[in-house]
Order: sequence, then C-alpha cells, then structure tokens
Amino acid sequence: MLAKRIIPCLDVRNGQVTKGIQFLENVDVGDPVAMARYYYEEGADEIVFYDITASNERRGIMLDVVRAVAREIFIPFSVGGGLRTVEDMRAVLLAGAEKVSIDSGAVRNPQIIAEGARAFGSQCIVLSMQVKRREKSEAFPSGCEVIIDGGRTPTGRDALLWSQEGVRLGAGELCINSIDRDGTKAGYDLEVTKLISESVSVPVIASGGAGEPRHLLEAFTDGSADAAIVASIVHYGEHPIPDLKHYLKGHGVEIRDAINLERSAR
Amino acid sequence: MIAIVDYRAGNLASVARALEHLGHASEITDQAEKIRTADRVILPGVGAAGATMENLRALGLDSVLRDDIARAGKPLLGICIGIQVFLRHSEENDATCLGIVAGEVKRYPSAVDGRPLKVPQIGWNRVRQVVVHRVFEGVPDNSHFYFVNSYYPVPADSSKTIAVSDYGVPFTAAIAQDNVIATQFHLEKSGTAGLKLLDNFCRLKF
Repeated sequence: MLAKRIIPCLDVRNGQVTKGIQFLENVDVGDPVAMARYYYEEGADEIVFYDITASNERRGIMLDVVRAVAREIFIPFSVGGGLRTVEDMRAVLLAGAEKVSIDSGAVRNPQIIAEGARAFGSQCIVLSMQVKRREKSEAFPSGCEVIIDGGRTPTGRDALLWSQEGVRLGAGELCINSIDRDGTKAGYDLEVTKLISESVSVPVIASGGAGEPRHLLEAFTDGSADAAIVASIVHYGEHPIPDLKHYLKGHGVEIRDAINLERSAR
Repeated sequence: MIAIVDYRAGNLASVARALEHLGHASEITDQAEKIRTADRVILPGVGAAGATMENLRALGLDSVLRDDIARAGKPLLGICIGIQVFLRHSEENDATCLGIVAGEVKRYPSAVDGRPLKVPQIGWNRVRQVVVHRVFEGVPDNSHFYFVNSYYPVPADSSKTIAVSDYGVPFTAAIAQDNVIATQFHLEKSGTAGLKLLDNFCRLKF
C-alpha cells in the first residue's frame, strides 16, 4: 500500500520563497535551497516549487534554484509556474526536477499536456488547477470552476470535467487547489477533492487550507486524497512535519517513516 | 569509476548527483569501451521497455551489458526500467529484453477485487527484505522507497528476489544474482534509505 504523501509547497519569486495568503500580501519566509533541504531532512515526501516571478526576464533565476535544489535533496520535487511549452518543461526537468506542474498554460493550450506526456512520460506531468466554489449547475456539475492567472481569470471550465480531460490527455497526477480555502487554515475542500479523486485513474493531491493536523487526516480519509500540499501549517513552525506524521500514523494512516540515516550516521 | 549508461532516456543526472553526494566518481556515457573498463556499471532511468531496448541495441550496448558486464562478473546495478530490461521479456511493448535474469515483466492489474487500481504506481511503498543481503546493510526492514512504475518484474527463480512490496498484488522490488543487483524503486529519489543502498552497491565486493 502506498504511503500518503505530505508535500510542502514553496512559492518562489525572484529566487526567494514567499507564502501567499489568498495570493495577496506575500511575505518572505526564506531561501528556497535552504528550505528544501530543511524539509527534506524533516521527512517531507516530496516538495513542490511554484515560480511566481512576474517578469519573464528573471525566470532564469528559477532554473538556478532548481539546479541547486537537485544537488541537495534526494526525494522527488516538482516545479510549476509560468510553464507554457514543452521546451519550458524540458528546461526544468533537465535542471533536475522530477515533475512539472502545469496550470494556466494547460487551460490555454490543453495540447501541452499531451505533448509533455509524450516527451517525458505521464509520470512527469502534474496538472494543477485553482478551483473556486460556484452554484452547482449544468455548466459546473462539480460545483467548482477552474480559475487561472493566479486566481484572477475565470475560465468557465468545471473542475471535474477539466480533471477528466487532463487525465485523458496524459496528466499523471492532479493537484486541486481551493482558492476559497487557500490561506484560511479552515481545512481542504474535501468535497471536490473526493469527487475528483474517485472519478480519475491517477493520484490526486489536495491543496489549500491546511491549518491543523486533522485537516490532513480528513484529506486522506474523507477527501480520498493520495497526497496533501502543506504551506503555512509547516512554514511557521506550528506543526513540524514529524509531528504531522506522528499524528497521522496514530490515526491509522499509512505514512512513510521519516528516518534519516545520514543524520544518525554523523 | 562508475559508468552510468546513457541510452537517451530517463533522468540519468539524478543518479550522477546522488553518487556525487556520496563521494563516488561517475561518468554518464554511451561509449562501449568506457562501460567495459568501468569498475561498476549502473543502468538507471524512467521510460518504456521497448524504447529502452531499441536505444540500447542502436548504441550496441545490449551485448556489452549482458556479455561484458553481467556475465563477466562486474558489479551491475539496474534501477526502475533498468531492472525490467534485465529480464527476458516485458509485456510493455511486447519487448524482448536483455535476458540477464530469467523471467518476465508484467503490468499491474487495472482492478483488484473489483476496486480500481491507479496505474502507474506513483509514491512511497514499503519494501520488505526477504533475505539478508549486503546491499541492504544498514537499511531498516520495511523502509519506504519511491516507486514510479506500471510494470513489475517476475523472476523465474524466486530465490533471485531479495525484497518485495505490495501494490494490489505482491511484487518483486529488488533482485540479486551474483554481481547483478536491481531495484524497481528509485534509489536516487528515496531519501537517505535510497542513498544508503546506492552507497552499499558502490562498496560491494563480489
């Protein structure tokens, strides 16, 4: 049986980590390489970086970050933000990322999912989506709409229908980030996470809203999630990853033991 | 020097970075002569069995790996697609593989007991050591390792299996046959447990 994964998320702007509270008022919380190494040693199962650099000229900085991170940590990590072409994906993968995460670029050009999967394999392609609650209707059977451009542009697409299309095109994993919950510490949107997870054949990552250990437990049980993104809950030291894992194991969730053979050998 | 076989696929650099971290010199190469003269050889990567075998044949490396490395007693490590092409045949692309280890490679079922099984397996799974083998020295039994695979190896001789895991079905996670070691999981992405196994392979004497 696979372990449920805990994935710290690092938003990176101009080479520095920030944590957006509902995409506003970003606060610097540190150097991405040092933070990645810290979470690796704490027992993170994977790490995701979102490049939220506004200007295109400065995007090369992210590739330097990816190269430096790849020399320091030996677990999978993915990189998203601003990836629009197969060449963008190739650059990130060659720099050392295990996976790429595509979001707005995939909504604008769904074929990028298929092209990426053909070039690098589905296991490399994470389709990430920002979703917002809407009245359930014929247009939005899941009750959630996909929003792009960092939460600014509604697409008219339903979260479930877009998930299914993404998987059909070749996405190997889905990350469902609730805009309503992001930064609220009120817990993940379990309803949409469960709905999507039980309707697709690939792993689903819950994202947005974790503030308490029980929110992760709910995501893995009621939400049927395979993995959960954590940000504020770990970034400010309130609930370190070993504590989260201890809590989840105590509640019967299959979790990877956060052993550190190197640290104990030193 | 450790040769990492470059067959135009997979994420070869991540294995090189892990070896560098451990202090072992390595070189990514497609040159038969460099592979023949290396102290140890690693065949890593992600990819499909058919394309991997085509690339190895086109580069003339299939016979090098089988005859000059595996049968000549040189330490050889296969990772992920590496373990799969060591066997005789894979269901993936109906590929004829290297045949270093007798057996075949099968696809995970799409459902178990009427419940759908998500394929590929992507994530951390427990690995149970079924025999005591030096390559696992210092690695606690039932440690988690990182897997990304739709297919799994089935050696004809079950005594070649040194570790197992379970994903819908029980499957072989690691194989040893004299100087040949292979793992279905990614050593280079499995945290310190993976690094320890990789380091052990680099120090093994046969």
